[in-house]
Amino acid sequence: MLHLILFSVFGLICVAGAVNLLVQSHPINSALSLVVVMGSLAVEYLLLGAEFVAAVQVIVYAGAVMVLFVFVIMLLNAGAEEHTKGSIIALALGVPGMLIAAILIAWVLVTKSGIHPLSLNALPGHPKDIAQLLFHDFLLPFEVTSILVLIAIMGSVVLASRPEAIEHSKKES
Amino acid sequence: MSLTTFIIVAVIKVALTLFILLTAVAYTVWLERKVVGRMQNRWGPTRVGPFGLLQPAADGVKFLFKEDLTPPYVYKPLYIAAPIIAVVCALTSIAVVPVGNWVTVAGVSTPLQITDVNIGLLVILGITSIGVYGVALSGWASNSKYSLLGGLRASAQMISYEIALGLSLVGVLILSGTFSLRGIVDAQAGHFWGFIPNWNIFRGCQFVAFFIYLMAAYAETNRIPFDLPEAETELVAGYHTEYSAMKFAMFFMAEYANMITVACIASLLFLGGWHGPLFGPPILQAILPVLWFVLRVVAFLFVYIWVRGTLPRFRYDQLMAFGWKFLLPLAIANLVITALVVALRA
Repeated sequence: MLHLILFSVFGLICVAGAVNLLVQSHPINSALSLVVVMGSLAVEYLLLGAEFVAAVQVIVYAGAVMVLFVFVIMLLNAGAEEHTKGSIIALALGVPGMLIAAILIAWVLVTKSGIHPLSLNALPGHPKDIAQLLFHDFLLPFEVTSILVLIAIMGSVVLASRPEAIEHSKKES
Repeated sequence: MSLTTFIIVAVIKVALTLFILLTAVAYTVWLERKVVGRMQNRWGPTRVGPFGLLQPAADGVKFLFKEDLTPPYVYKPLYIAAPIIAVVCALTSIAVVPVGNWVTVAGVSTPLQITDVNIGLLVILGITSIGVYGVALSGWASNSKYSLLGGLRASAQMISYEIALGLSLVGVLILSGTFSLRGIVDAQAGHFWGFIPNWNIFRGCQFVAFFIYLMAAYAETNRIPFDLPEAETELVAGYHTEYSAMKFAMFFMAEYANMITVACIASLLFLGGWHGPLFGPPILQAILPVLWFVLRVVAFLFVYIWVRGTLPRFRYDQLMAFGWKFLLPLAIANLVITALVVALRA
């Protein structure tokens, strides 16, 4: 019972954070709302019995990724955004489309997988189980993903580096 | 244990831990002023109480009664929230730190720690990574050039050194096979070759990891030689330039509480936690482990202060190059070698 109450409360906080992210006009407030979303998602994982995933969610997303977001906003000293009224087409098609998609997903999940309660530790959540899945059962997809990430990092370094600066440093040395 | 006993025990433990931690924070400041004073051929605080021992109390009262100035043009919600985030994160992480064995008081048996979670180390790392927001946001919300530069430096530095810090701990995790801080300490019990204790720094040959941890921890807590976020020769006082009275004191408390947490983790992971010789009557045997643990923490804090009294400050590009080009490769090499040794031994 307590679990259900806490789960619903943090679910509401999560959605409220997501809405606040869109409503706020200042980028730093939006970024901090995203931190709230990440944090409450971590609590949801914790309530589902996946402590390891919850801790990693906080360290990686709420900690590292979002600090970089805030860092960039601070570095660029971005001010408040100007709100436009938005296009009527986006409002007329977007809102019903989103509602239909949400109902469709919920309907598919409920009818296809059914609602049957699981006990707390029924799903793999222990670090050993996750390591077994990542580094043994799904080793190839894992390694392919890491190479993909590596390529993305190298690409961003190439894009960010200015060729003239490299030429200049070559001449000096 | 019934629910009522559980709640009573939990409340007592939380209150006691907070009281001890805050007192420890106050007296770490006193220790620092005293030790650095002697290193620079001064006396340090001597006026308030014997050996200046009441100086922390006087400082606390002074902070409470100072004018709490809010400069104009600051972004108020975040300006007020930043020191709260910093101090809350710094004080929370002590909750998973064990300080000794189980004790039995009036028929109730309890571990000497607020809660023993099986991902204890990750909880501390998570809370520390949230603590960065306190520093970063205070720099931004103050609406001052010095604060902003300090906040930017602090967040870049803390993200960079967190990687080396995390990797230096993974070797210990491989050796002990658990995230629970109590489990890690239990794995270090006993001796080898008759007299050398089974601490990870000796038994697992983690001394390289220990020194990586030591240096990364200095950077994480913004201490000399890595105190660039508050370098007073360049940035006045860095991210807390615009803060006064209790809000400034909160940043101050957060810094020293973080130092104590870092010292606790070093003692638990590398130096064998509370293991040490036990002798005497049962009451002494119950107190001795806590005493050994506190001794290690104080020794670690003393090294902190010693380094502060000895080393000059790094330049910012030196700091970044040191972290990324030296500490990180070294931490990865240590991790690979430890993993190989453990795999070959199994």
